[in-house]
Amino acid sequence: MWQFIVRRLLYSIVTLLILSATIFVIVRLTGDPVSLLAEAGARPEDLERIHRQWGLDRSWPVQYVSFLQNIVTGELGKSFNYRLPVSELYFQRLPNSLTLGLVATLISILVGVPAGIISAVKVNTWWDTIAKGVALLGLSIPGFWLGLVLILVFSVWLRWLPTSGAGDWRHVVMPSLALGWYFAASMLRLTRSSMLEVLGSEYIKLARLKGLPDVVVIAMHAFKNALIPVFTLAGVNMVVMVNAAVIIEVIFAWPGIGRLLYEGIFNRDFPLVQGVVVMAGFMIVGINLIVDILYAFIDPRIRLTR
Amino acid sequence: MRAVIEAAREAPLVPVAILGGLMLVAILADLIAPHDPTLPVKGANVFDPPFWMEGGRTTTLLGTDFQGRDVLSRLIHGARVSLIVGLMGTLVAGGIGTAMGILSGYVGRWVDQVIMRVTDAWLALPALVFAIFLATMVGPSMWNIVFVLGAVYWTRYARVIRGEVLTLREREFVKLAEIAGASKLRVIKRHILPNVMNTATVLASLTIGVVIIAEASLSFLGVGVPPPQPAWGLMLAEARPTLMAGQWWLTVFPGLCILLIVLATQLFGDWLRVRLDPQLRNL
Repeated sequence: MWQFIVRRLLYSIVTLLILSATIFVIVRLTGDPVSLLAEAGARPEDLERIHRQWGLDRSWPVQYVSFLQNIVTGELGKSFNYRLPVSELYFQRLPNSLTLGLVATLISILVGVPAGIISAVKVNTWWDTIAKGVALLGLSIPGFWLGLVLILVFSVWLRWLPTSGAGDWRHVVMPSLALGWYFAASMLRLTRSSMLEVLGSEYIKLARLKGLPDVVVIAMHAFKNALIPVFTLAGVNMVVMVNAAVIIEVIFAWPGIGRLLYEGIFNRDFPLVQGVVVMAGFMIVGINLIVDILYAFIDPRIRLTR
Repeated sequence: MRAVIEAAREAPLVPVAILGGLMLVAILADLIAPHDPTLPVKGANVFDPPFWMEGGRTTTLLGTDFQGRDVLSRLIHGARVSLIVGLMGTLVAGGIGTAMGILSGYVGRWVDQVIMRVTDAWLALPALVFAIFLATMVGPSMWNIVFVLGAVYWTRYARVIRGEVLTLREREFVKLAEIAGASKLRVIKRHILPNVMNTATVLASLTIGVVIIAEASLSFLGVGVPPPQPAWGLMLAEARPTLMAGQWWLTVFPGLCILLIVLATQLFGDWLRVRLDPQLRNL
């Protein structure tokens, strides 16, 4: 078991190193950030000075090492635009993204899990057909378009909800719906297939043979086991939603890390962009590591493969 | 030939009809579209509503946009962009991913390690964020987007195909071919590739929709297909500043088109999955 954990940990570190190198190179290939600042009449000496000030005159390997140092110290470097440590900007915005991700996760669970269970228990009835239809629509409707339509209906026509920004609960409703919609569909699908698998297993047949009522079999026996993968997915999804909500945050002008990143990309704010992406990488690699270790703990077969 | 006819007979009618229809529309766009999609319609105003509403006219059936261009014509031409990017992007992603997966699974050792660690790292980058980066790097154009999305989505294939190859490698027909002296390249071409094609096809059918939505997202954010080219995502972006004014047709119709095409590919993919690979049914 220890060997497994150590190996997985090493893999994760390598993964993060490759990720940081990838992002380091890509942001530099998007162009020179100084040229965005310089007005038409800027003197070459001034541009030179800014280059030096931002450390862009150094060679790439040197810049990369200082980027890694900044990660280790936790400051993540200093933003070109805001002239503040990236970590400060990041943690200012993170609570907003967490709120959005958490509410969207709750929506996806509240919609996906009950619908998935009903769909599996009443398999091949019209309940099942409706649930499968909802799942299909969920995977086919682009989240950002759903956001626009929600604005049209609830802000423009009904005037119930504010179009954008952050404030009280009314600001959270539409972005979290637009974000959670797709994930609700994937939760529904997984709950359904997981329930079907468990319902067909030997121990459920035995429970039924014992003469236990259907409700007890489903609620006490099947439910618990079928939901292990479902809640794993919910956890992973939440981390993804916190980090990948760029387009939704842009549409609803939600002050989360996605919009911070979006603005950073267009301003070529290298330290900001690198910092936000590396933090996202940390979270995603971290949750995957936790899931892997937990599963290996539960199921010894996983430990032995690969 | 008989297999093709048999497959055609069993193919699900609705998605095939939708996809076939859309392809026809995309190919014949120049003939079908009532107006030039990039120029204002003569005699029409900006923001004319669809024909059934007050102020709408039958020359511009689905209304006009902020420049007085015909929405229907732009939708028709937009089908071309979505289909080309969806199909070609998937082809690029599938090509790279299948090659990498086979290499990783069959050659093994350090090649496997390198490819899998890169795959892990790239999968840890949120797909759309990664795509925005690459798109700002190469600049907005339809063909650039094809390669950007190919570069982002190949990792999913590589993982799955590698897993398949790992079991195939131990099968007897592969071992026998190796003992008989077949070169690695020959084993891959004759024995490995044909056996992973089903999986690759199923994955492709499920990726097309994802790629089409990704293209629309990039175009919406201004890093995808550049104006004045008619693309559905771009139309949504152009409609956004006036969303509050209630010109709903500019937002609703392009989105419905995306929904329709993705829905059709999903249905088709589901059918293909059940048909080609029973083990993937729960994927």
